[in-house]
Amino acid sequence: MALTATIPARVLVTKIGLDGHDRGSRIVAAYLRDAGMEVIYTEPWQKIESVVALALQEDVDVIGISSLATDHLLVPKLMKALDGAGLGHIRVIVGGIVPDDEEAVLLKSGVSRVFHPGADRADIVDVVARLARDAGANRPDG
Amino acid sequence: MNKIDTRVLDDRVDRDAMAQEWRRGYEAQVSSDKVVRNRSGLEIRPLYWPEAGTDPEFDQKLGFPGSGPMTRGIYPSMHRGRTWTQRQLIGLGRPEDFNGRIKKILKSGGSALSIIPCNSVYRGIDADEVEPELLGTCGTIINTVQDMDICLADIPIGEISIGLNDPNPFTMLAQLLVVAEARGVSWDRITGTSNQSDYISHFVANHMFYRLSLTGARRVQLDAIEWLAENVPNWNPLSVVGQHTQQAGATPAQAMGLTLASAIQYAEDCKARGLDPNRFLERFTFFFDVSISFFEEVAKFRAGRRIWARLVEERFGATNPRAKRFKFHAQTSGVDLTRQQPLNNIARVAVQAMAGILGGLQSLHTDGYDEVFTTPTEGPAKVAIATQNILKHEAGLCDVIDPLGGSYYVETLTDQMEAEILAVIKEIDDQGGMFKAVESGFVQRAIGDSAAHFQEAVDTGAQIIVGVNAYQDEGDGTAHPAIDRPDPAWIQKQIDSLAAYKKTRDQARVDAALEVLRRAACSESDNTYGALVDATRAGATQGEIIAVLRDELGFGRPLVVV
Repeated sequence: MALTATIPARVLVTKIGLDGHDRGSRIVAAYLRDAGMEVIYTEPWQKIESVVALALQEDVDVIGISSLATDHLLVPKLMKALDGAGLGHIRVIVGGIVPDDEEAVLLKSGVSRVFHPGADRADIVDVVARLARDAGANRPDG
Repeated sequence: MNKIDTRVLDDRVDRDAMAQEWRRGYEAQVSSDKVVRNRSGLEIRPLYWPEAGTDPEFDQKLGFPGSGPMTRGIYPSMHRGRTWTQRQLIGLGRPEDFNGRIKKILKSGGSALSIIPCNSVYRGIDADEVEPELLGTCGTIINTVQDMDICLADIPIGEISIGLNDPNPFTMLAQLLVVAEARGVSWDRITGTSNQSDYISHFVANHMFYRLSLTGARRVQLDAIEWLAENVPNWNPLSVVGQHTQQAGATPAQAMGLTLASAIQYAEDCKARGLDPNRFLERFTFFFDVSISFFEEVAKFRAGRRIWARLVEERFGATNPRAKRFKFHAQTSGVDLTRQQPLNNIARVAVQAMAGILGGLQSLHTDGYDEVFTTPTEGPAKVAIATQNILKHEAGLCDVIDPLGGSYYVETLTDQMEAEILAVIKEIDDQGGMFKAVESGFVQRAIGDSAAHFQEAVDTGAQIIVGVNAYQDEGDGTAHPAIDRPDPAWIQKQIDSLAAYKKTRDQARVDAALEVLRRAACSESDNTYGALVDATRAGATQGEIIAVLRDELGFGRPLVVV
């Protein structure tokens, strides 16, 4: 288990729903990559089932969902779908334009953190690294 | 006017002759030029220029507005004669919601209307095929002619300029034309612009508007330009967009260069179709982002205008003076707005708007200060319009044409921006034109690099953003507005109304019209756009029409991911 510390975090950065604005998701993906994480990046408009399938296939620790055009209310559905697929250990973060009242809805559904415009680079990297360790510690296969 | 363009004018007589020529054009545009005075009682002339016999570069580089190099503006009277169009982009909920909101906006000073459809429409999907939470949050659900008719209830569509955020293949325009027909408004009275018609820009940045493949969109674009020139002669079928690229991270010079390179691509495509540059070029319009980098933006617009006027003549041989007019709409940049201390965004929008106005725009959208939380809600949208009215009536920005012209700084910067923009155009030419440069990912990578570069400046604090990386204030005391989400029951009614529409239409007629459209798409010699209008009239929804075209012409996807 000493090896665990040297295995880089695996993060899926994607967008669900109809929105295509990807400046933010690309920048965040580059932040995480440059911090030494393994980043899986997709084109926008993913369906929830595709995100779950990809998360399973790529064995990710964290999923980052970018939302700039109101699509984030689909995220609670994603949380349920991950649980249903036995991927409840995966931590999910959301970044983009999320109003305060809806942030509460997302956090309640199990989202670990919502990042807003102006979020600090070091903070994003730290939080994702920490969440990846949490995910690793909670994996069903140990 | 053309005589003046080419003459070398450096003596007193010619400068004065040019001024007289301008004055005639100015007076023709301004019916009653009443004396304008400032608060100190001083008379303000509409235009200032160097005395004859001085500044020999003036005639070549600046000249008088409405002719020659066009640097100072595309019309002799600019905002002194007629102020810019206040074109607030709105779209929400159901067609009834849009109609209610647009009537209020027109009452409060808006002078044109602009329709933003729901994101599902941008993706070419009807309301009955989308998860309902995604519907009507960013724009209006418009799938059918009936929806368009409700959007425009009580609006005199033959008398107001209409902007449609209607990406290729322009299904909303087809709906508008069918509504006009039903109301007895002839198509030559329909004026306005197909916004988001620059399909190339959608493959570069933003990724909201894909419906067809790059090559499929190219085909339909040319069909539409050709068909509209014959049937809807006062419609602008193309708005070349610099906004997406700049919002995605391109620098202002890069954004202007890429936009002009796209316009060159479209013009070359039209020419290859055998269309006449003197006719199609005067229908080209542009749409830009205007950032808070005030002087840089003013210089960007002045340089772009000068390059376009020259390019139209030198590259495309157009002699029609109207084709040289670089008509543009600008939207204040949402990227500059901050979530922290959101009321500060009102100040940012005012400065951005000033840059656009002094840069000589024709039409303006000012962002609501809450755009960083949501699509603008009603209160912030009103502040955005008031900002335009304040600049227009209180700040005196319309009194003088090109008031920054002649400033050492602004003229130097305009020349420098011009050189940067020309370098971008050259780079794209070397790639074989914009179409190829986007297909290969060259443009996407260049923009991604610029975005990363800017972000690094923010991250390191080299670029200060008030409230974000400097002057932070934890308790900024401002309530963050909540998003205007439509009521699910209200959205369900829209889905039901679509089902009812489909049930009552003549299905055989719809099927036949879609089949004609399919055959048109398969045959290079047919015009898809005429067939698309016919299918719309027959009752086909936008989703059905786009599905047929996607089958035959391919589905668009981002070309480069990272």
